[in-house]
Amino acid sequence: MYAFDFVKPKTLAEAVKALGAEDAQALGGGQTLIPTLKQRLAQPAVLVSLSGIAELKGVKAAGGSLTIGGGTSHATVAKEAKAYPALAALAANIGDPAVRSLGTIGGSIANNDPSADYPAAVLASGATVVTNTREIAADDFFQGMFTTALEPGEIITAVRFPVPEKANYQKFEQPASRFALVGVFVAKYAAGVRVAVTGASTEGVFRWTEAEKALSANFAASAVAGLAVPGGEMIADIHGSAAYRAHLIKVLTGRAVAAAG
Amino acid sequence: MPKVTMRVNGREVSGEVEGRTLLVQFLREGLGLTGTHVGCDTSQCGACTVHVNGLQVKSCTTFALDVDGAEVTTIEGMANADGSLSVIQQAFQDHHGLQCGFCTPGMVMAAAALLKENPKPTEAQIRHHLEGNICRCTGYHNIVKAVLAASGQDVSAIAAE
Amino acid sequence: MPKDGIGASIKRREDVRFLTGTGRYTDDINLRGQSYAWFVRSQVAHGKLNKVDTTAAAKMPGVLRIFTAKDFEGVGGLPCGWQIHDRHGKPMLEPKHPVLAEGKVRHVGDPIAVVVAETEAQARDAADAVVIDIDELPAVLDMKAAVAGGPLVHDDIGSNLCYDWGFVEENKAATDAAFAKADHVTTLELVNNRLAPNAMEPRAAIGDYDFATDMHTLYTTSQNPHVIRLLMGAFVLGIPEHKLRVVAPDVGGGFGSKIYHYAEEAFVTFAAKQLRRPVKWTATRSESFITDAQGRDHVTKIELALDKQGHFLALRTETYANMGAYLSTFSTAIPTYLHGTLMAGTYKTPHIYVNVKAVFTNTVPVDAYRGAGRPEATYQIERVIDKAARELGLDPLEIRRRNFIKADEFPYQTPVAVVYDTGDYDATMNKLESLADLAGFEKRRAESAKAGKLRGLGVNTYIEACGIAPSHLVGQLGARAGLYESATVRVNATGGVVVMTGSHSHGQGHETTFPQVIAEMIGIPVESVEIVHGDTANVPMGMGTYGSRSLAVGGSAMVKATNKIIAKAKKIAAHLMEASDADIELKDGKFSVAGTDKSVEWGAVCLAAYVPHNYPLESLEPGLEETAFYDPSNFTYPSGAYACEVEVDPDTGHVKVCAFTAVDDFGNVVNPMIVEGQVHGGIGQGIGQALLEHAVYDGNGQMIAGSFMDYAMPRAGDLPFYKVDHSCATPCTHNPLGVKGCGEAGAIGSPPAVVNAVVDALQRAGKKVSHIDMPLSPYRVWSAIQNA
Ligand SMILES: Cc1cc2nc3c(=O)[nH]c(=O)nc-3n(C[C@H](O)[C@H](O)[C@H](O)COP(=O)(O)OP(=O)(O)OC[C@H]3O[C@@H](n4cnc5c(N)ncnc54)[C@H](O)[C@@H]3O)c2cc1C
Ligand code: FES
Ligand code: FES
Repeated sequence: MYAFDFVKPKTLAEAVKALGAEDAQALGGGQTLIPTLKQRLAQPAVLVSLSGIAELKGVKAAGGSLTIGGGTSHATVAKEAKAYPALAALAANIGDPAVRSLGTIGGSIANNDPSADYPAAVLASGATVVTNTREIAADDFFQGMFTTALEPGEIITAVRFPVPEKANYQKFEQPASRFALVGVFVAKYAAGVRVAVTGASTEGVFRWTEAEKALSANFAASAVAGLAVPGGEMIADIHGSAAYRAHLIKVLTGRAVAAAG
Repeated sequence: MPKVTMRVNGREVSGEVEGRTLLVQFLREGLGLTGTHVGCDTSQCGACTVHVNGLQVKSCTTFALDVDGAEVTTIEGMANADGSLSVIQQAFQDHHGLQCGFCTPGMVMAAAALLKENPKPTEAQIRHHLEGNICRCTGYHNIVKAVLAASGQDVSAIAAE
Repeated sequence: MPKDGIGASIKRREDVRFLTGTGRYTDDINLRGQSYAWFVRSQVAHGKLNKVDTTAAAKMPGVLRIFTAKDFEGVGGLPCGWQIHDRHGKPMLEPKHPVLAEGKVRHVGDPIAVVVAETEAQARDAADAVVIDIDELPAVLDMKAAVAGGPLVHDDIGSNLCYDWGFVEENKAATDAAFAKADHVTTLELVNNRLAPNAMEPRAAIGDYDFATDMHTLYTTSQNPHVIRLLMGAFVLGIPEHKLRVVAPDVGGGFGSKIYHYAEEAFVTFAAKQLRRPVKWTATRSESFITDAQGRDHVTKIELALDKQGHFLALRTETYANMGAYLSTFSTAIPTYLHGTLMAGTYKTPHIYVNVKAVFTNTVPVDAYRGAGRPEATYQIERVIDKAARELGLDPLEIRRRNFIKADEFPYQTPVAVVYDTGDYDATMNKLESLADLAGFEKRRAESAKAGKLRGLGVNTYIEACGIAPSHLVGQLGARAGLYESATVRVNATGGVVVMTGSHSHGQGHETTFPQVIAEMIGIPVESVEIVHGDTANVPMGMGTYGSRSLAVGGSAMVKATNKIIAKAKKIAAHLMEASDADIELKDGKFSVAGTDKSVEWGAVCLAAYVPHNYPLESLEPGLEETAFYDPSNFTYPSGAYACEVEVDPDTGHVKVCAFTAVDDFGNVVNPMIVEGQVHGGIGQGIGQALLEHAVYDGNGQMIAGSFMDYAMPRAGDLPFYKVDHSCATPCTHNPLGVKGCGEAGAIGSPPAVVNAVVDALQRAGKKVSHIDMPLSPYRVWSAIQNA
């Protein structure tokens, strides 16, 4: 790791100010950033820890939506997002218990790793990403692997999920990292079904619109069976070819629908 | 250099650290608590597992300064007050849940966190909970068995000693 | 017999320190005034090293000195311990392996320079400022291309072919003739995947130098400190053994990777003297992936000739064995004498010919990894037999039984030079059949089918040669060292016993099991026995721990020394009781005179030895301490039969191991709990090899599975509880304990069982898949199904 200064503000306002410094970077749970720093792939001058800011933490259900503070840990979501069981189940299966103790939803979606789990839930739910300056619709937030709509220094303060009628997340794990080799989140709302896919595309998380259409018409696993595998450029690596990933999307979408009931 | 203060195994400690000093470095190099191990540099192996304010964390993926003021427990703080092995430690010995011992501190800390949350876990829950703790020696058989035994469950039906 | 003697599953005494965080591993040691080394390593697999500019780096904060190859002029290369002669009697090609790269880099991770600084962070910061000028050269990775005229890894030796070995060369003609006449020939081409050993403790080394006494001390993560002392002292740094102490304290797993002498050990020892300060180095896991000797990596074509009834007539193999960029300490012996000699397996195959081409490539050196050569042999044999059984429509158990060496045929001379002393392969197979409930398989398969899963069953047997090794034999075969073991047994005046053993424990539990043997022999409690190991200053000599040799060879040395102790103690007892030596019996810690009620306690005899007031001083020296060296007369031959049941998800290719059963013949067993633990660990690694692990390089020689993010380590959730059994014991006939060794069995016996099971699952589902190369990742299995 290169050297840097470390600050730990107590309020959002202080954090925003600290992030105004040159080459300052937010530190959420550190479960992505610290390994990155160890490999010397990033060189911030100041790290601004968000872990001491109480207002960024917590899970609240109200009026058909669930709001999760940007600094809320995966473990807390797993335990407290009872209003949205598919989301709680997703959180309970991110990484391992230690990662879940510290890793945060804000950090996960800000990072937008193409194999991360949360982006699938956020996109499939059509959630709203709330920052210190604005609200961003999920469809506008994710802009390709490791890229988001966030401006430098902008902090995710919360993510607001409309709670669906039915939902399920199917994760097929990459054998080594246990991130998603492919993950499919299916959410059924009165207005229609949304399907988001992570792990597969070189563009990062994306919506599989053909499946959404078919499932909105008929919410059954069989509705997916007839579809062609999704197009677009898929990731290919030692753990799976592009064709394999495309195939898994279809299999997992069917399973998610079946499991959602 | 900034100063950090925390309670480690019930004892108040402090020291000067850099911003980049990891909790595991502070424990091992600053405090001489070498029971917490480092088995990787990508946050995967869990050899460095400790408890911070009761939560299971990887001390290699936490900055010392970020846990300023916290309550930290390491493997050195797990034995009973009289120095005898705790129930979990004893179960690991009784069921041969360790060989080279390198992953062991992390395994014990992970198991303790699990049993606090879930006093009677199933085999599947134990295996899931240990996802972030890699052991190269035991093939996990006796580790899982030890955790089952530590939770007071009957392990006599599990094949082999 | 004491309740905690041979055969008792007593708890491990070493556990207390490991469970309380008070173990002492190399990285836990900090010496006063220590400095830190950081290695600057090649980022390219192959290149001409033009210039290393350390000017800027040397001025960085905390830097003490930066070392390059220039500093090592006159220092020897890292030696290879085994010289192989090829099919034509020509010695192998043996390029130099410098401590720091000279003129060329040959694999990613090859060390080029070392920064030593006040702190590790400073050393690493400065390492970034070392400027290296390299002309990248095309990397040689594919073994067949490497020998077919690819770029040379070592220009000075003129070839990438280290040796072309035939075994037994004289068998070739008869083997070929048997093939020509066979009713049926089954052919299989397979890859034994390259593995990264990944002991959980990364390697570490600390060099220390005492100016006043000219004494060097090296603390290192080693399985054999004396071997390191010998190799590094004699061949690399030129330090006489009495001026060099090597300490291997608690070691966090080895699996072979900590046998070898590595550049970092030589470096810290050398630099400590230059700097007159202790120098410490600890590998990061990322460094382990590109510097620890890796395992396996064989590409093989195997052919089995059979008659119509499925009797084996002949076996023929051609293997390309990857050596990597340099010859690691034991590398050359693995694909030859630890592989070719085992090609008979548990079967009566009259003619066997093995050809092995060892090849240099621009990859990390390859050497022994748990099992070492024997897993490669077992995998080939057991896979080709399975394929043959399918082709001939024979049951996989039946074809094996039909060809087993029978219990009454021992000692059995194989066509590949070795003589098996004992075994009963039908017994282990029968036991497997019942323990694994093979009869109930169809029912379980139907259950799986209901859930949409394809269930398969794989069985196999294995044999290994352990208790390494008879020195006279290995000497003829090119070993440059003896492979005996030593032990000193010191009895104190108050009757306690300290054993200084050359075996080294890095998880095997010697501190617990060795005392059980002594307790049994003398009849004293295990608590009265202490084990000292891992320090050349305390132990007379040792060849270390690997090849499942500790109890068979190290334990036998200890037994020999203890027998000397007992013989002397009897003389003292005879003197004390005024009887004749020949009439003295030792039982339960008491000496008595046969046929009388006279007796004297063990403790009284020990005291007399050290306070010799009433003592036969004219015929006997005082004291009670004996040393013995034991050199085995043969290898030991553990064997067993394994079964694996899997469920394949046909939609994703995912393989779940549902059940694994291992029946082993280890001969006598000292501590069943520990033996079973060894088998569990081996199976875990074997399933890891079969399903998960692969040290893969890309076309440029970059290790793309260079961290746990891409190198799939088996985790708790990947593995089931195992059933293990060792009741079918045929004790070894030529060591005093009748033990065979159990450390590697699990890793040797399990990969073919898993692969056989997956192929079985697919075949039963009507998929025409006859082989899938390991690891059987979901992607590979799915692809095989698609292509079937
Ligand atoms: C062993 C291991 C296994 C894992 N497995 C999985 C897995 O299976 N699935 C999965 O999805 N993830 C996995 N992760 C990643 C984990 O979920 C991380 O917690 C997450 O990706 C990042 O969250 P964090 O809070 O730790 O963020 P950090 O690592 O602290 O930060 C990540 C990035 O987000 C920025 N950031 C952090 N918080 C905010 C905020 N509130 N507002 C704006 N920017 C912010 C940081 O500046 C940084 O750029 C794993 C991690 C590890 C170490
Ligand atoms: S050292 Fe490997 S996870 Fe912390
Ligand atoms: S006991 Fe050695 S790594 Fe687990």
